[in-house]
Amino acid sequence: MDKKISVKVCLGTTCFVMGSSNLQELIDTVPRKYGDKVEVEGVPCLGLCSIDWEFSKAPYVKVDDEVVKEATVEKVLSAIDAKLQ
Amino acid sequence: MSMNSPKQTSHLKREILVRLIRAFLSDNFEENTRLIPYDMRPKGHEVPYRCCIYKEREILRDRAIAGLGASIEETDDSKLLSEVAKEALERTEPDSRPLTVLTTACKGCVPSRIYVTDLCQGCVARPCESACRFGAIKVTDGKSKIDPEKCKNCGMCAQVCPYQAIQKIIVPCENACPVDAISKGDDGHAKIDFDKCISCGKCVSACPFGAVHKKSQIIDILKCMKSGKKVIAMLAPAIMGQLPCTPKQLKQAILQLGFADVYEVAQGADVTTKTEAAEFVERMENGAEFMTTSCCAAYNQLVDKHITAMQPFRSDTKTPMYYTAEIVKREHPDAVTVFFSPCVAKRKEAMSNPNVDYVINYDELGAWMVALHVQVAECGESEFKNEASAEARNYAVTGGVAHAVQTLVPEEIPIHPVIVDGLNKQSIRDLKKYAKNGVCELGNLIEVMACPGGCLGGNATLNAYKPALKQLTNYVNESKSIVDLEK
Repeated sequence: MDKKISVKVCLGTTCFVMGSSNLQELIDTVPRKYGDKVEVEGVPCLGLCSIDWEFSKAPYVKVDDEVVKEATVEKVLSAIDAKLQ
Repeated sequence: MSMNSPKQTSHLKREILVRLIRAFLSDNFEENTRLIPYDMRPKGHEVPYRCCIYKEREILRDRAIAGLGASIEETDDSKLLSEVAKEALERTEPDSRPLTVLTTACKGCVPSRIYVTDLCQGCVARPCESACRFGAIKVTDGKSKIDPEKCKNCGMCAQVCPYQAIQKIIVPCENACPVDAISKGDDGHAKIDFDKCISCGKCVSACPFGAVHKKSQIIDILKCMKSGKKVIAMLAPAIMGQLPCTPKQLKQAILQLGFADVYEVAQGADVTTKTEAAEFVERMENGAEFMTTSCCAAYNQLVDKHITAMQPFRSDTKTPMYYTAEIVKREHPDAVTVFFSPCVAKRKEAMSNPNVDYVINYDELGAWMVALHVQVAECGESEFKNEASAEARNYAVTGGVAHAVQTLVPEEIPIHPVIVDGLNKQSIRDLKKYAKNGVCELGNLIEVMACPGGCLGGNATLNAYKPALKQLTNYVNESKSIVDLEK
């Protein structure tokens, strides 16, 4: 079987405050939608927010190696869909 | 609208606050504040929301004015942000009106009205015509048409249309306000009537343009810390579900921001529970029909401004904030007290309580942590000095206050809680009816929360409702019952 796609939702303080609090639902909805093709988890700070002023692009989500900036549920789902194609 | 739903406007408002806090902590607060709109929209930057970069910057400037705690309406357009920042440093107390409307961001939505869409089939049944009590709708040329002179916006035609072809166009802020305190002025922009406003903050959450802002007191708090004053944090129970960390880590994180000490408002909630339970027993023994709780600040304003007939039924017990602030000021008479609140309404309550100096909301607290790079999950644990009960910590959840009171009311006194889970036009009508008739057929202890879900659903929270509830409930479950704490 192909390698699973990994989705990491950053739950560091900056991402959480800037919106990943509302991405926690992905942790429930992604497995329901994609079954075992995708692995999703909430992770501690990915370190992407601390560079200069990049907090303004938070929340960050990593879909495999791709960084999704200003992530929303829709953006993350379409990043997953693109990888699955 | 779902509780605590994600919004781009919250992102913008928080980004402004982070930048303001960093500007305050920099070596040139005033100039760095002036530059915020230019830093956020530098030359050549994309224009995500408005017609041009100039309008974007102008709106960001206005948002920064609210972040500085000033009134957008009363600040002259020609005034530089650096001057507003300077005035924020000079003021001695926060503005008495907690909300401010940004007219440049208010789109001036089309007036609320009933609108017949192209889906209208000009059918033979024409239920819209028969449903209208004002003769305002008629099928002409194969389509229903509304006579705006006669239409009263009741929406009956929309309800009966078999094609759902008739829509009610709403103005979100007007529609969200339970007391008709916000409305479009003659210029098409929203205005708040502060004689009617109960500071519930529903308009803040409802406006899709983020045009309604609270006036932040964060600069005032930072100023106190900078001048070396002892600033003490008082955390309302809802905070324990807000950030991805334990309550003890949260305390440590707040100490890192520069607070001298941290108290749980649940400590005061235990006093509220005891006092309110005793008051309930006394009232029932004296033959009262019912009593309502009195801890929600928006509800208290509702009663005082719109349902004065409810005043005799509302408990005289003070709020958890009141008792906590009293304890803190007794233990630290020289301290500046800051209440950490999930909603806007508590700002109004704080202004009338000399023991509470400032109020900060959870989104502002979050911005402060971002500004200082505080990682809550990596903080050490700091113990709270005082214990609080499970029931008190659960005040933030709808039904929590009534349950706490019920726990302490002796068995021989019948108690039937009624939960008003959110203020809206319907629940306000119900409350008016209970007050007028002097009786509530559903029960004898009415708990009122302005926000659906209780304080955890407050308009200035950070976390989504479900995970917040889960986290708070864990904390409640590991706490002792008020009955055991008393022993």
